[in-house]
Amino acid sequence: MPLEPVAQLAPALLDAGAGPATSLLGASFREGYVGSIVAVSLYVSLTAVALSTLVSVPAAVAIGLTDFPGKGFVKSVVNTGMGFPSVVVGLVVLFAVSNQGPLGSLELIFTREAMIMSQFVLATPPITAISLAAVSGVDDGVRDAARVLGGTRVDVALVVIKEARYGIATAVLAGFGRAISEVGSVLIVGGNITSADGISKTRTLTTAIQLEARQGRYETAMVLGAVLVALVLTVNAVVVRFGDRGVTG
Amino acid sequence: MAIQRRKFVAALGAGTIVGTAGCSSTGGSDGGGSGGNGTADEMPSVAGETLTLTTTTSTYDTGLLDEIHTDFEEMYGVTVDAVAQGTGAALETARNGDSDIVMVHARGLEDEFMRNGYGVNRRDLMFNDFVIVGPADDPAGIEGMGSATEALTTIAEAQAPFVSRGDNSGTHTKELNLWDAAGTDPGGDWYQETGTGMGEALNVANQQGAYTLSDRGTFISQRSEIDLTILVQGPIEGGPEILANPYGVMAVNPGVHENANYDLAMAYIGWITSPGVQNAISDYQVNGEQLFFPEAVSEDPDFQQYVPEGWSSDDADA
Repeated sequence: MPLEPVAQLAPALLDAGAGPATSLLGASFREGYVGSIVAVSLYVSLTAVALSTLVSVPAAVAIGLTDFPGKGFVKSVVNTGMGFPSVVVGLVVLFAVSNQGPLGSLELIFTREAMIMSQFVLATPPITAISLAAVSGVDDGVRDAARVLGGTRVDVALVVIKEARYGIATAVLAGFGRAISEVGSVLIVGGNITSADGISKTRTLTTAIQLEARQGRYETAMVLGAVLVALVLTVNAVVVRFGDRGVTG
Repeated sequence: MAIQRRKFVAALGAGTIVGTAGCSSTGGSDGGGSGGNGTADEMPSVAGETLTLTTTTSTYDTGLLDEIHTDFEEMYGVTVDAVAQGTGAALETARNGDSDIVMVHARGLEDEFMRNGYGVNRRDLMFNDFVIVGPADDPAGIEGMGSATEALTTIAEAQAPFVSRGDNSGTHTKELNLWDAAGTDPGGDWYQETGTGMGEALNVANQQGAYTLSDRGTFISQRSEIDLTILVQGPIEGGPEILANPYGVMAVNPGVHENANYDLAMAYIGWITSPGVQNAISDYQVNGEQLFFPEAVSEDPDFQQYVPEGWSSDDADA
């Protein structure tokens, strides 16, 4: 609840903050432009990472707490996934959502939903792999104690998640970092679209930077790059703060 | 019991709120989206629809489309999603049925697109021209040449650095046609393909003191930031006709892709070829210079704009 107004305020604050800074560097943006691409970047990446976390963390716990043949193979597949080039993921999602593809009838091409799909694919392997490492690192004694105290399998899993929470938080942040900083897939499936009045539809900070660089406006690109770095720092700070409060309170 | 499940549930719930907070806040700012059902009752029935236009970086990056599209969007209550891709990619996207209309500048590729049945109702839209730019000291000595092919041959013989777009764009297609017409097959260390947009290619050429072929519009909009100068003019400034750069607009054939928004695409073609918008294109300036010259409105018939170049009904019978 307290986050919602903050999320709405963020673009306005960033615009206000970016105004004087950008005029110093000779970059000028249309009103609402920077705020709208920040909003699209956050919306797409946070949604993708939230969905990815809902899949990745249970998967990591399930893999980490059970022994089955081929476990090593599954781990190496997940680890390989961390290296997927974003542009290849973008192409695969493009084929899927294109009018000719299996999901063509949903008309998802050049939408934020398609961008969320590709970032979901990109964020899932790092979140799963790092969570898995964190879960595997939890002392066996903790698990055994929970079991001895009469915990169900869900209870045991929750204890393990609690013990591994810092590692899992790192995993989520790594996934977010990958999602918000990639440019290859969102450019292909999103199309880097703004409306004629300069309000972003599928333009993110990264594709906006690419657009400026394409036109040789490197200073403007740098300003947007600074906004992106500031945004990632802010999200990291919020997550760390939130995590600490969650533990003590 | 040592198991504090409630706290974990609370943490999960908080996580969900974070997720949905992102959704609802940006969902609220989504004014121009495709779901304008609330206003549909008072508006024409096309209101709220989205027209996906794939086009080239040269039309998009000059800012022309943003300048004129507001008028179309207000007139019909629709959204135009302009995707800047380069001519080859723009046509391929349309070929896959992922756009409704294309605006590109490579007549050969447009003709192939039409002949294969993907494009219908082509119109000539506007033109500008290509120029050969290079460093002011002009190491190959091409300044003022009246022939683009002679200039390219001279560059090749001098093995002076030349930057090629190498990206199947309209400009790249034109460049390859020029080499072809010059009877020269470029290659070697002096010939570099960048695979990037025009602006980046100009920057690469600028940093390496190389020659390149540019559309006049992009060059003008970037001239203040680079040291390159025009060495061979296009037809707008009295240069050879071979450097002309005509833009065409075409609807995607709804017979091939039934999901194509054909009626809105045709409304767009009608709008952009109308005298009022053609004047707006003419009036559009960057750094005090006109970038595009409209050519859709004419007293004289120009039947070749509707069909592939050189096509005639006699051929069709044969």
